[in-house]
Amino acid sequence: MTSSEFFGIATILYILAMIAYITYLAFRNNTVGMVATTITVAGFVSQTIAFLMRWSEFYRLLEETGIIKSPLQGLIRSIPVTNLYESLIFFVWCLILAYLIIEGRYKNRSFGAFVTPIAGLALAFIELTGMSKEIQPLVPALQSNWLLAHVMMSFISYSLFAISFATAIMYLITTTERRNESGYIFWVLSAGLAIVILLSMGIDYLVFKVGRPDILFKKGYLFKATFLNENTFVSIISFIGALFIFFVLWRYGYLLKHIISTFNITPDTLDEITYKAIAIGFPVFTLGGLIFGAIWADQAWGVYWSWDPKETWSLITWFIYAFYLHSRLLRGWRGKRIAVVAVLGFVAVIFTYLGVNLLLSGLHSYGSMK
Amino acid sequence: MQKKNIVDRIWDFFTSIKLAIVLFLLIALSSIVGTIIEQRAEPQRNIELLSRLFNPDIAPTIYRILDTLQFTDMYHSWWFVSFLMLFAANLIICSLDRLPKVLKIVKEEIKPIPVEVFQGLPVKKEVVLNKKPESLKETLKKVLKKHGFNLSETSLKDETQLFSQKGAFSRLGVYITHLSILIILAGALIGIFFGFKGFLNIREGMAYTVAFGRGMNWTPQDEAMVENLIEAMNRAKGDMETAAQSLGVTGQELKRLLKRYGLEPLGFEIECRDFEVDFYGHSDMPKEYRSLLIVRDKDRSFEKWIEVNDPLKYKGYTFYQSSYGTWPGARGIFRFRFVSKDGETLLKEVQPLQEFDLPGGLKAKVIDFSPSLAFDETGRPFTYAEQLNNPGALVEFNKKEFTRWILKRYPQTWQLPDGSILQLLDYWGVQYTGLQVRRDPGVWIVYLGCIIMAIGLYITFFMSHKRIWLRLVPEKNGSRLLIGGSVSRNREAFERAIERILKEVQQ
Repeated sequence: MTSSEFFGIATILYILAMIAYITYLAFRNNTVGMVATTITVAGFVSQTIAFLMRWSEFYRLLEETGIIKSPLQGLIRSIPVTNLYESLIFFVWCLILAYLIIEGRYKNRSFGAFVTPIAGLALAFIELTGMSKEIQPLVPALQSNWLLAHVMMSFISYSLFAISFATAIMYLITTTERRNESGYIFWVLSAGLAIVILLSMGIDYLVFKVGRPDILFKKGYLFKATFLNENTFVSIISFIGALFIFFVLWRYGYLLKHIISTFNITPDTLDEITYKAIAIGFPVFTLGGLIFGAIWADQAWGVYWSWDPKETWSLITWFIYAFYLHSRLLRGWRGKRIAVVAVLGFVAVIFTYLGVNLLLSGLHSYGSMK
Repeated sequence: MQKKNIVDRIWDFFTSIKLAIVLFLLIALSSIVGTIIEQRAEPQRNIELLSRLFNPDIAPTIYRILDTLQFTDMYHSWWFVSFLMLFAANLIICSLDRLPKVLKIVKEEIKPIPVEVFQGLPVKKEVVLNKKPESLKETLKKVLKKHGFNLSETSLKDETQLFSQKGAFSRLGVYITHLSILIILAGALIGIFFGFKGFLNIREGMAYTVAFGRGMNWTPQDEAMVENLIEAMNRAKGDMETAAQSLGVTGQELKRLLKRYGLEPLGFEIECRDFEVDFYGHSDMPKEYRSLLIVRDKDRSFEKWIEVNDPLKYKGYTFYQSSYGTWPGARGIFRFRFVSKDGETLLKEVQPLQEFDLPGGLKAKVIDFSPSLAFDETGRPFTYAEQLNNPGALVEFNKKEFTRWILKRYPQTWQLPDGSILQLLDYWGVQYTGLQVRRDPGVWIVYLGCIIMAIGLYITFFMSHKRIWLRLVPEKNGSRLLIGGSVSRNREAFERAIERILKEVQQ
């Protein structure tokens, strides 16, 4: 079997796990919970195999091209995190690993329904944007030993930030119930946006990949079945549908609070997990993402900081999480307000990671889609 | 209420959380604008961008407004730098404001505490043991030593208290991190004010003694002047005094002139002897590119191949391989390797249209050239790129007897009818190497700041100040042991550690 087949299995298992975790949250059936965990572990094992296989494929490719000077150097430089596709997969891998650790530590499966959809979003994004899945030879700037430390640490921190995002949303759900409360409206908007994007990507997948595989779009399938449909009527219906989802979530979202509270999980625990994920993610991000990135840029381009969009957005992300950590020390800023900051922090992470690559230009252009 | 003087008020202003939040928002929001507007770009590019975002009619006006507000080069604008400076001031003063209190805690010796205070400790455990306090004390000291606590002892009226603390300095982690940010900012400022950041495009075979600063707009007269200056500097091999004499100005005046045109005198000569690109397989994706640079100084000269991620460093200057290209209108030299039927090898360097002899009585002449040649399905040659990806030379043999396109990357084109090989090694002298040139005396300070930041973050997030008190109260058949403690962060881990200690004591 090839690495992409193993990865295909992992993708399917993760999507099934997502459905299982959401079912578990809704019906609280322990068998379903067990099944969800089992599927997730199986998916993780499959993805790990895929990752190691791709690593060795990449190693062989580098060996053939003859740009590596020693086996160790080859091993360091052939880690498959050199383009958008590989990095998204690595992100999912870190996220699932972090999630499984938390599930084991807190003996609670309710997080699953909030974390696995983030993995689902990343995987659907890979499928629908038509990004290249090929192993690509390294451009000269990427032929550096800093690649391993910089990219891996960045994605470890991103996955920890994703965990904090999920638990911060859960915190907001469990601490608000009045529909006119700002915290309530905030979580409805953020979670609603995630749900709408996930659903419309699911529809894209069903329509184009399953239903009409003959249709090819140059720039990917993202939202082409719904919001960006060529048919204006379908597009309008999609927007109305999205508004309807937001409305339902707003009208009945408080029910989630009662569901989560039956899982023996207190807001304090959620706040603690959010904090811990950020407290580990922040130093890792600072060192691996910013400092190692700066050292590498200094060696490759002769500038340790050039206000390139990627750098600037990393700095903005860093500022937001620094703000989160400081605001815990301030009176009156505990609880809901800092949960909002944690959610915004992850929004900045997504933009640093995807938005900059897709929308803005800069030195990090090898993270682009082609 | 006591009236505050002006110093106090300024102090309060800088320690206020509101200022921190406002500055943070200003820096973040303006940075976002800066990532959308392309920085230091041609006006036309941003006007096009704005036309797509807004109405094309008002795009030039919006551009003019943004340009006046320095949004087109905002990270170097006075207002953005002011935000950063205010942020630094905020950081310094906030840290100074809290530091004395923290220092007091760090320096404070741990003391026995009264029962009421003990009751209020966040972590508490209690067990009854069948050992007398005296013998238990020794066990406790041994066990806690293993966990890094050196116990002190005080006998109170009806109990013995043992206490210890470790990691008090970890409370300073935050301040070490804050300090590191200031060090990094200081290093960056030194780089901006005393450093140089520029570029140098050197054609193969050419040498320079100056580097070019970025963002210079020269009028045609300026360009003539710049050419004069460069020529004088090159002729003087980079020596300022000699160059000044030849131009008829004083050394000071020359310095000022160079500065005005953004030219940085290097003090030595740097030549690009050769430039090479390797491609992946048959593709045009560069695998590696490198330049052979020669440095000629008064008392020494040396050469080095540089490539991306492996620059040349000399006298505070660093030369990075950053790009390459073809020099417009340049004429070069064809470098051939000839291998005769019986394996005799010969290197030839010839000009275009220059006739040359090859062993075996062949006469050859290059009559046409293409920077990147390929053959279409019918076998017709066509040029597919302006860069020198696959240079080809059309060689005429024996006065129009036959002609051949010889391509650098297609070995099948090197074969001649009589079995000998004529390989095109290079079309030398038309490519330039794009070097990024930098002199940054602050970079080591920035690195130092980064190391301190890593240490500070480690102390802040992975270490904690732990305090522990053990109370031994005699009981009828043994003693009651009460353990209490407090920790600056990660209470759960501390609780688990205390439970482990208890288990070890009970064994």
